Amino acid sequence: MNDIDYAVTVSNVYKNYGDVEALMDLSLDFPRGQLTSLLGPSGCGKTTLLKIIAGLLPADRGEVTVNGQPVTGPGSDRAFVFQDFALLPWASVLRNVAFGLELRGVAKSEREAIAEKYIGDVGLTGFENSYPHELSGGMRQRVGLARALSVDAQVLLMDEPFSAVDEQTRRKFQEDLLNLVKNESKTFIFVTHSIEEAVYVSDQVAILLPRPSRVSEIIKPEGFRHKDANSIRRDPEYLDIVDRIWASLRTYVE
Amino acid sequence: MKIFGYQLPAMSSLILWGILWEIVGQFELTFFLPPLSAIFTTLMEIGTTKVFLKALADTGYAFFVGTFCAIAIGIPVGILMGKNRLIDELLLPWVNMFLSAPLTALVPVLMVLFGFGMKSIIITTTLFAIWIIVLNSRAGVMQINRSLIEMAHSFGASPKDAFLKIYFWAALPEILGGVRIGFIRAVKGVIIGQLLISIVGFGALFELYSSNFLMKHFWAVLIVLFTIAFTIAEFLAHLERKVAYYAARR
Amino acid sequence: MVVMRYRSLLLKFLSAIIVFGSWEIAGRVPVSFAFPTFIESMAAFWVLLVEGTMFVAYAETLRPLVVGVLISAVLGIGIGMAIGLSRKFDWFVSPIFIVMQTAPLAALIPLLVMVYGIGLTSKVFVVCIMAMPVIVLNTSGAVRNTPESMIEMGQAFLGTKWDVIVKIILPAASPIIFAGLRLGVSAGFIGAILAELKITPTGVGDIITYSRSIADYPSMYAAIFSIILLAVIFLNILERIENFLFKGTRQGYATE
Repeated sequence: MNDIDYAVTVSNVYKNYGDVEALMDLSLDFPRGQLTSLLGPSGCGKTTLLKIIAGLLPADRGEVTVNGQPVTGPGSDRAFVFQDFALLPWASVLRNVAFGLELRGVAKSEREAIAEKYIGDVGLTGFENSYPHELSGGMRQRVGLARALSVDAQVLLMDEPFSAVDEQTRRKFQEDLLNLVKNESKTFIFVTHSIEEAVYVSDQVAILLPRPSRVSEIIKPEGFRHKDANSIRRDPEYLDIVDRIWASLRTYVE
Repeated sequence: MKIFGYQLPAMSSLILWGILWEIVGQFELTFFLPPLSAIFTTLMEIGTTKVFLKALADTGYAFFVGTFCAIAIGIPVGILMGKNRLIDELLLPWVNMFLSAPLTALVPVLMVLFGFGMKSIIITTTLFAIWIIVLNSRAGVMQINRSLIEMAHSFGASPKDAFLKIYFWAALPEILGGVRIGFIRAVKGVIIGQLLISIVGFGALFELYSSNFLMKHFWAVLIVLFTIAFTIAEFLAHLERKVAYYAARR
Repeated sequence: MVVMRYRSLLLKFLSAIIVFGSWEIAGRVPVSFAFPTFIESMAAFWVLLVEGTMFVAYAETLRPLVVGVLISAVLGIGIGMAIGLSRKFDWFVSPIFIVMQTAPLAALIPLLVMVYGIGLTSKVFVVCIMAMPVIVLNTSGAVRNTPESMIEMGQAFLGTKWDVIVKIILPAASPIIFAGLRLGVSAGFIGAILAELKITPTGVGDIITYSRSIADYPSMYAAIFSIILLAVIFLNILERIENFLFKGTRQGYATE
């Protein structure tokens, strides 16, 4: 059965916040080298699940493994991209991107060299010495992305990374993400509440429903994965899947 | 903080400190800290004496007249500054200056000009409170959402209506915040005034008790003062919260 | 027009003239025999300055202030951080400072004099009790309000607890801590002057009480003027430093 290699497995995870049951008996597996979206309305626990995988929150019950090893806290095999960027306002772009390496004790010249490479990769060359407040929202998130890429983790966890930027920038990011997934051999776990976004970028979409949080469906868009960025949005299968998902989710919108 | 799963209320550690004080006092570890219980007994005794009540009345009188003046003068001036740029530019440097200046230095001047009595203390109190009230009133007016003003215009509101029905309420939370801080400063002002002038009110009592080393009496009066100050501050904060429920979405 | 460009400076100048002018007029009326004119007071100020009395006096007065502020800063920031980082410590200690913040601490001065006499120690204590509460509360508030996602980011990238405190929490809290220091200095000034006027006059307090006793009102007003001037200038400088140091972060955090 397991001819698919799963980088991350989540088994029977429970998580409560006081009286509120955020996650109840949730199980889900994430294939290596692919991008899996966690899609659902607010309150469905997708960010909670992501943070549990990241090791930032402990599960009350159940087990999460990454590369076969159980998760007990943050680790060098996972990197996180934050919704509100979480940049250090007093540090330059270069220092921000290198921050993950700085916390791991990498020497200054080495980490700055690595940081510069990824700054170039995300298209921010020339901005190494700028400060976050001098950058647009889109640029700040690219800094966050570069930081996550710099630590060379195998699993990249992204918490609604494009929700705090404007629509045009967001579209561009989605296209760039497709290229990123193709070129890097990492496993991506992507939280979003946008159906179009999820279907656009993902190799598989896990739909989570709230109260109690559960995986209701896993959709694997096949037909249009190989198409180029521009054509996907008009592909009939893409549009069908989006409609289908909306039909089942709309009852959960308050 | 939780003990055995029960959330302890915010200021409850004061109870612990109180117990500590009682222990220190009972063991007579230092002359200057009599047991809390003895202090309370003394408080009961002197609390009804004429001397004490007069001091309370004097202090209260100075405090209320002082804050009243500060509010009556401060809020209109602040509002004026918020609305009129010229007046604002003329007055703002002075207001800011007196806000952070050590107003205590002015008390000798007041003593010399207005004598050693109630007048000086009232003026001291007013001076301590007024600057922050002016600034907050000004800020309250200046931060009124532009769209509220435009909305008032578009619905043809008269200036009186606009002020009473919209601007006043929009600025109120900020103004109340200023009044609350002003009250706290006024308390400091009335005490500092009394300490330096020391013929009336609690200032005189402190002089009397400290020069005669009547520690229990000294602490009794001090605790009363602190409690009153704290209660007023909390009451105002409560009031402010009630009014400010809409503040975040102004 | 030239006038428009320098409008704000011009207005400041104008308002100064109005205020000092009224002072002068009030002195001439005279409002009271104890109210000298602006010019008389400035003349006395000049004399004090030139004769060196002013400097000697301030050397005396500023000693408890400087010592007190330094102690308050070190202790205050330390305690504030401890409160911000530990819920237990917060529960135990912060009510004390909250009470100190609202209470008229000046009332404790007679007590301090009783305990520590009338020397430098009690004056330093006065400065400390006035300055510490605001420093502690500002620091603890700033530490506690560090954006959650920044701390999570530090943890997610494998920062140790020490790393997170020193590289994330402390820098993020600095603007507010510095503002707290500025307010602390301002409160310390009040403490220093109270100490002078109430405990024993030395330094500037001495000038004030002495000149009052010999009815040399111009000198008395000059001394008071100098205190206010010094405090205002110094606090202004602090504010400029604060704006300079934290220019970037004042735009808000780089998070939405």
